[in-house]
Amino acid sequence: MKKIIKYVITDILRNKIVLAYTACLLAISFSVFSLEDNSTKGLLSLLNIILIIVPLISIIFSAIYIYNSAEFIELLVSQPLKRKAIWMSLFTGLATSLSIALLVGIGLPVCIYEFSITGIMMIVIGVFLTIIFTGIAMLAALQTRDKAKGIGITILLWLYFSILFDGLVLFLLFQFADYPLEKIMVGISALNPIDLGRILILLKMDVSALMGYTGAIFKNFFGTTTGISISFVILLLWVIVPVKISLNKFNKKDL
Amino acid sequence: MIVIENISKQFGKLKVLDNVSVTCETAKCIALIGPNGSGKTTLIKSILGMVMPDAGSISFNGKSIQNDWQYREYIGYMPQIGRYPDNMTIGQVIDMMKDIRHTSSGFDEDLIDAFGLKGMYNKRMRTLSGGTRQKVSASLAFLFNPKVLILDEPTAGLDPVSSEILKEKIITEIKKGKLVIITSHILSELDDLVSEVIYMQDGKLMFKKSIELLQKDTGESKLSKAIANVMINSIV
Amino acid sequence: MRIIFIVIGLILCSDLLSAKTLKVGRHQAYNTITKAISASVDHDTILVEKDIYHEKNLVIDKSIVLKGIDHPILEGEHLYEIISVKVDNVTIDGFKLQHSGQSSVIDFAGIKIYNRHNVVVVNNILDDTFFGIYSQNGSNCTIKNNVINAHQKEEQQSGNGIHCWKSDSMLIIGNTISGHRDGIYFEFVTHSVIWRNYSFKNLRYGLHFMFSSDDSYITNRFEANGSGVSVMYSHGVKMYNNYFKENWGDAAYGILLKEISDSYIQGNHFEKNTSGIYMEGASRIQVERNTFKNNGWGLKIQASCMDIVLRSNNFIGNTFDVGTNGSLVLNKFDGNYWDKYEGYDLNKDKIGDIPYRPVSMYSMIVEKNPPAMMLFRSLIASLMDKTEKVIPSLTPENLKDNHPLMKALPL
Repeated sequence: MKKIIKYVITDILRNKIVLAYTACLLAISFSVFSLEDNSTKGLLSLLNIILIIVPLISIIFSAIYIYNSAEFIELLVSQPLKRKAIWMSLFTGLATSLSIALLVGIGLPVCIYEFSITGIMMIVIGVFLTIIFTGIAMLAALQTRDKAKGIGITILLWLYFSILFDGLVLFLLFQFADYPLEKIMVGISALNPIDLGRILILLKMDVSALMGYTGAIFKNFFGTTTGISISFVILLLWVIVPVKISLNKFNKKDL
Repeated sequence: MIVIENISKQFGKLKVLDNVSVTCETAKCIALIGPNGSGKTTLIKSILGMVMPDAGSISFNGKSIQNDWQYREYIGYMPQIGRYPDNMTIGQVIDMMKDIRHTSSGFDEDLIDAFGLKGMYNKRMRTLSGGTRQKVSASLAFLFNPKVLILDEPTAGLDPVSSEILKEKIITEIKKGKLVIITSHILSELDDLVSEVIYMQDGKLMFKKSIELLQKDTGESKLSKAIANVMINSIV
Repeated sequence: MRIIFIVIGLILCSDLLSAKTLKVGRHQAYNTITKAISASVDHDTILVEKDIYHEKNLVIDKSIVLKGIDHPILEGEHLYEIISVKVDNVTIDGFKLQHSGQSSVIDFAGIKIYNRHNVVVVNNILDDTFFGIYSQNGSNCTIKNNVINAHQKEEQQSGNGIHCWKSDSMLIIGNTISGHRDGIYFEFVTHSVIWRNYSFKNLRYGLHFMFSSDDSYITNRFEANGSGVSVMYSHGVKMYNNYFKENWGDAAYGILLKEISDSYIQGNHFEKNTSGIYMEGASRIQVERNTFKNNGWGLKIQASCMDIVLRSNNFIGNTFDVGTNGSLVLNKFDGNYWDKYEGYDLNKDKIGDIPYRPVSMYSMIVEKNPPAMMLFRSLIASLMDKTEKVIPSLTPENLKDNHPLMKALPL
């Protein structure tokens, strides 16, 4: 398995998109930190990158990579290798190289300019989102053999997680405005890793005070050690569940 | 060596394999013959575990291949269309396969040498012609000295010289006591190789006969004629 | 001749009688202040040398000047009210008062003024007192240059730094107050001035102001108090040139204004507060030349407010400039600088040519539906704000600044 991971990572590095992604993140992070006069503001700008760009790049790149590796996968499957090993290697290779890109592109500048709990939380969430969306992409790529269709699905999924879900939440909030929804909102945020990540980061920033009454409930939950542990378990589930489903599908897939 | 029992496979509405049972023994060269879309490649892929049959079972050396992967160490597979990662070179592909797959009996690089692939080690896979890809596929199939060789249309796209080289290689391997399963459209090529024939049509196994028996039944000495005879008869 | 001597003698005697100086200290005539006070008469001065005095409850019942040299310590032993002023015309100067009693029934204080006037409390240090300086029904009193510090933990079991109840014409000047429930507390206090005080890290409010009309507070600094400053149920309040800084918290404000009318808020700085100003039921207030910088909400103005005029203020770096909860707007925004303004100035008169709408759609949504704060800083929230800017639908139509400035005012 280690060997396949090695080949996957060298292959990803060879096609230079990940390098470009890293360079892009680096450029954005450094310019954000040097343009903003205080680094907390820089972190806020980076928040948008982490919550929007990172999932988008992760999901699309991973899906395209899986489609482009169809031959490679076929070649490997006819060899004496476990299918699980092949699929997990692809996942590990993708997740690792994208995470490294994030750690270099955002982690490094954050460590230089804003090495704080907030900064660390931000990087951790960024890595989680990278891995989660890689997994989701792999699951999506197994749904159809058609590459264009597959990439369409991944873009829709990204749209769903970054906008549509929140739109639905807003709709529900207004539909059930007469009911006390604060506690339910905590549960609902678990259904979207981007929202969960955003709330976890925001509660580490001083803007958390703006969250007011609802914020108090969020803080009472996400601010405690138990709450943070539960949140990370949920994020972990977001990593494991899509990958596990995709693995089962891949094991049964005809090539 | 390979026992296939009642396997069926459906792709959507299309029944590709319909209750196929067949046994392949070692030290034979078996030709898998049938019209286009008769299910030959699907059968081969089922043996390799690349396609999961809907029903039935396949065993290799007495062990079911379901959820097993180690048996593939004994198989060398040459696909109909060899597809490789585009931006790897020939050398990298071969090295990678050597790296991933262990062998106890040493690498068999006869074909790599015979095809002169070493001189092209730095060429990227995406720049290769169909014929050169076939050469790479063939070389990889034989590289690990496997007990079983499964060759899907091995000579398609090869020039006559290379085709001859490959045939020679197949013959030597059969003589070493290996099981070789070949599918091919160009039946004339199989004449000197084949000891048994499996004939498939519409996902069904029509018959499995030794070449002698086939010649006797059809009264034709050439394989191509014999098969043509069979096909005409089956239509009628 | 004898008559002259008698007269001179009488004058000398009366002089001595009226301006006697009594010294208290280990090697002086009096070794406790209590003894000195009982020996004194009105207009005397008692000088206290540096030492620790356990006087229990020191009651001042004569109009004297009580002056400490190098801050002698008056120890309250966590049991007593340290000084009780029970006559008019008293000065307490230069003491260090520590460890007053604490009780949930009696308002123990460091210095308590009982229904008196012309009491001057200056240059004292109060450390760990329950209430610091307490004026009950006092008038014309001066509380100046005191340092009042406590380490109270819970709002329910703590007192205020400077507590004035039913008082009039008070001068509260240059005091430093921290660690109490409220830094300065005014209830039914009129015609008073709060000037140049520094009130920080108090549990509840830096300044708590209720039913107190016609007061001014000028050039004070209120920093990092639990809930900021609260001004309620009063009229004619003048708030000039104060700093309201870093009052961060779920329910913290630079100033909370509730039922205030005919008042002035001018030249103040609101920085890094959850809400710079929160107004509820306020009317006829002039808000001018203030700076709102890096607050969560610069200004939260509830629909119950009317005739509020906001003119010539700077709004810089606030998450939300203005928040409101209704569509009815009876207030006027004019000629302010808003750093989020994206308009243009074609005629170069330094006033933007299109109006600025300081209320964002998302802030309206949050106001109507607080749990929507869950979507804070999400993509959809910023998309909604952008759309609303182009096609306003939910934000109040007439809540706008028709003459937004292109450049920040030099405030």
